[in-house]
Amino acid sequence: MNTHRPILSVDGVSKRFSGPYSLLRRLKGEPPLAVHALSNVTLDVERGETLGIVGESGCGKSTLARCMVRLHEADDGAVRFDGTDISNLHGSARRAFNRRVQMIFQDPYGSLNPRMTVQQIIGEALSVHKMRPKADIPARIAELLDLVRLPADAAARYPHEFSGGQRQRIGIARALAVEPEVIVADELVSALDVSVQAQVVNLLLQLQEKLHLTVVFVAHDLRLVRHISHRVVVMYLGQIMEISPADALFSAPRHPYSKALLEAAPELDPGQKNRNVALRGELPSPLNVPPGCPFAGRCPHVFDRCTVERPLLSPRGPGQLAACHLTDFGAAEAAATLPAQPGH
Amino acid sequence: MTASTAQTTMSDGTKGLVVRGLTTTFDTTRGLAIAAADVDFDVAPGEVVGLVGESGSGKSVTLRSIMRLIREPGKVSGRVEWGGRDLVAMPAEELRKVRGGEIAMIFQEPMTALNPVLPIGVQIEENLKAHTGLTGSQRRARALELMNIVGIPAAERRLDEYPHQFSGGMRQRAMIAIALACSPKLLLADEPTTALDVTIQDQILKLLLDLRDRLAMSVVLVTHDLGVVAATCDRMAVMYAGRIVETGTVAEVFARPHHPYTRGLLGSVPRSGHSRTMLQSIDGTPPSLTALPQGCAFHPRCSFATEICRTDRPPLDLIGAGRRVACHHHEEVAAAEPIL
Ligand SMILES: Nc1ncnc2c1ncn2[C@@H]1O[C@H](COP(=O)(O)OP(=O)(O)OP(=O)(O)O)[C@@H](O)[C@H]1O
Ligand SMILES: Nc1ncnc2c1ncn2[C@@H]1O[C@H](COP(=O)(O)OP(=O)(O)OP(=O)(O)O)[C@@H](O)[C@H]1O
Ligand code: SF4
Ligand SMILES: [Mg+2]
Ligand SMILES: [Mg+2]
Repeated sequence: MNTHRPILSVDGVSKRFSGPYSLLRRLKGEPPLAVHALSNVTLDVERGETLGIVGESGCGKSTLARCMVRLHEADDGAVRFDGTDISNLHGSARRAFNRRVQMIFQDPYGSLNPRMTVQQIIGEALSVHKMRPKADIPARIAELLDLVRLPADAAARYPHEFSGGQRQRIGIARALAVEPEVIVADELVSALDVSVQAQVVNLLLQLQEKLHLTVVFVAHDLRLVRHISHRVVVMYLGQIMEISPADALFSAPRHPYSKALLEAAPELDPGQKNRNVALRGELPSPLNVPPGCPFAGRCPHVFDRCTVERPLLSPRGPGQLAACHLTDFGAAEAAATLPAQPGH
Repeated sequence: MTASTAQTTMSDGTKGLVVRGLTTTFDTTRGLAIAAADVDFDVAPGEVVGLVGESGSGKSVTLRSIMRLIREPGKVSGRVEWGGRDLVAMPAEELRKVRGGEIAMIFQEPMTALNPVLPIGVQIEENLKAHTGLTGSQRRARALELMNIVGIPAAERRLDEYPHQFSGGMRQRAMIAIALACSPKLLLADEPTTALDVTIQDQILKLLLDLRDRLAMSVVLVTHDLGVVAATCDRMAVMYAGRIVETGTVAEVFARPHHPYTRGLLGSVPRSGHSRTMLQSIDGTPPSLTALPQGCAFHPRCSFATEICRTDRPPLDLIGAGRRVACHHHEEVAAAEPIL
């Protein structure tokens, strides 16, 4: 195993979808509009880490997650797994990739076949990838159910007989059945009540430790992402604004959008009521991505260069990258939180 | 019950909202579901009260019952006093005048509350027509003003657009504009920001607080996000399985929850400085309303439960000014180690 090679790397990936094709455009002979779901996205996922991906609705989080597991093919760029471009994988190599990288979906109900029992659902995953001799399958199912803390009698029941949190655990058990190295979880707990969310988050933390999993955790809840991630990617309109270690991002964000996003998220401390609006305006349409910085239209620090030139993701503090022409943004705060200067 | 009513009477004699023994039941195929059971709470003038609890705990049913929006076969009983009048017993004609005027509601799903075939401007004006004596041109001017207040850009043009032409955040603002049209004294807001992005949620919550200050409006804010409660509410009421289990100021409840469920909820939310540690989750899931456990409905999930919890339902006791809790062991809970 080469520990210096990222387990997954996303290299300059773009993904477009065809948008609405209005009658007017048709009559004028213009092509349909394109939704730029991802534009030139580059990031690495290191072995054993939890990488959080945050951003507002429509910024491309799910599209990125799907590209990582090859549920979408990238239009440009490449996704590499252990150094190999996944779009070149065929036959048994592709099947091996499908086993080693597992996606867990947002909607536990929609992704579980309602006519199959839990035993059949997990058993199917085990036999497709020939994980165990037939005779050992029931024991392995029992083991997996125990691992995700579902009662043993769950095996014979159907998905609709479970609560949302329990169904999410069935999805996790199915993903773990094939002993993956990477789990890509898209809004894994978003639909769950907080008390149940906490159960699933705890389970994920425990399993990661026990099984040395690499986790890509897509969510829009910043508190949750901070809690479970080692590093966090902040996206806006199909582009990466910042990649930082979780603690650094939350104490000293290096991009104005990251800062606004953090300020907008309500603090859990009633003593810290703040009446200033963090960020005005709304997300621009992905049909019309502005030429310069995608955030220029809402950024409180915008200046002329921002609207014409797209800032590239470039290094800031240790392990921190940001895409902003103001390369000093947040630098003072970052310096103040460095352990070398305990005066603050 | 009557003794505590006095507590919301302000020194100047103006009462806010007083809810007593509000109970709403639905006859379902699986039996009688008590969706709101004996709900008591008060909202003083200008106060923002958060109503929190898990999905299905009865938050929306409680709000809809206050507004008398529960349809047959649902049944509502109890008292809802507003300005000294009982809304539950009020004749339908009189209620119609209060609703949308003095009392306004923002619904959980804006699309179901907005009329899809009418332009937004017309919907605001209709409300003004029903509740004010403004002339046509005054109504138009007021509609424009409201669109600006709620922060809808290009308001003039937007007045003539239909709900489907608005984004989710814009629809939510449009609904707030309609609700605020007649400067209500009480706003019942059901998860007004849950479906929105955090930057838009932040804008709307701050807008609500500004309007509360400007109009001295009372607000009941339903949410399941404790961050939203901390950031916007003065007091809070926690619901579990159709009942209020704890009330108090937000500061008091956050600092020292007296109910194990409140404690569990607070512990379930990740906090800064404790990354990648186990959260203090609550085991199990909420009960079905048609098969509520005996005694305290929370006992199967409660780590403080003893024999009495399995047999006797704890009453919602007054433990301080405006501070109530329904737990046999609340002192022990309050004395337990602080959460994180
Ligand atoms: N299959 C598709 N066809 C057309 N457009 C799509 C498709 N999938 C995604 N999009 C568009 O691409 C953009 C990014 O969508 P994506 O689902 O990746 O966002 P997201 O960040 O996951 O949002 P959310 O937080 O709402 O889940 C959006 O504008 C979306 O409408
Ligand atoms: N018309 C109805 N008929 C039967 N049961 C109903 C009806 N309306 C609501 N209920 C039940 O009443 C209970 C409380 O519902 P309510 O909508 O108040 O929950 P809530 O706390 O608002 O939840 P959420 O956070 O999911 O919005 C639920 O169990 C629901 O199924
Ligand atoms: S009454 Fe008993 S079961 Fe109910 S919350 Fe209190 S300790 Fe727990
Ligand atoms: Mg998504
Ligand atoms: Mg509701």
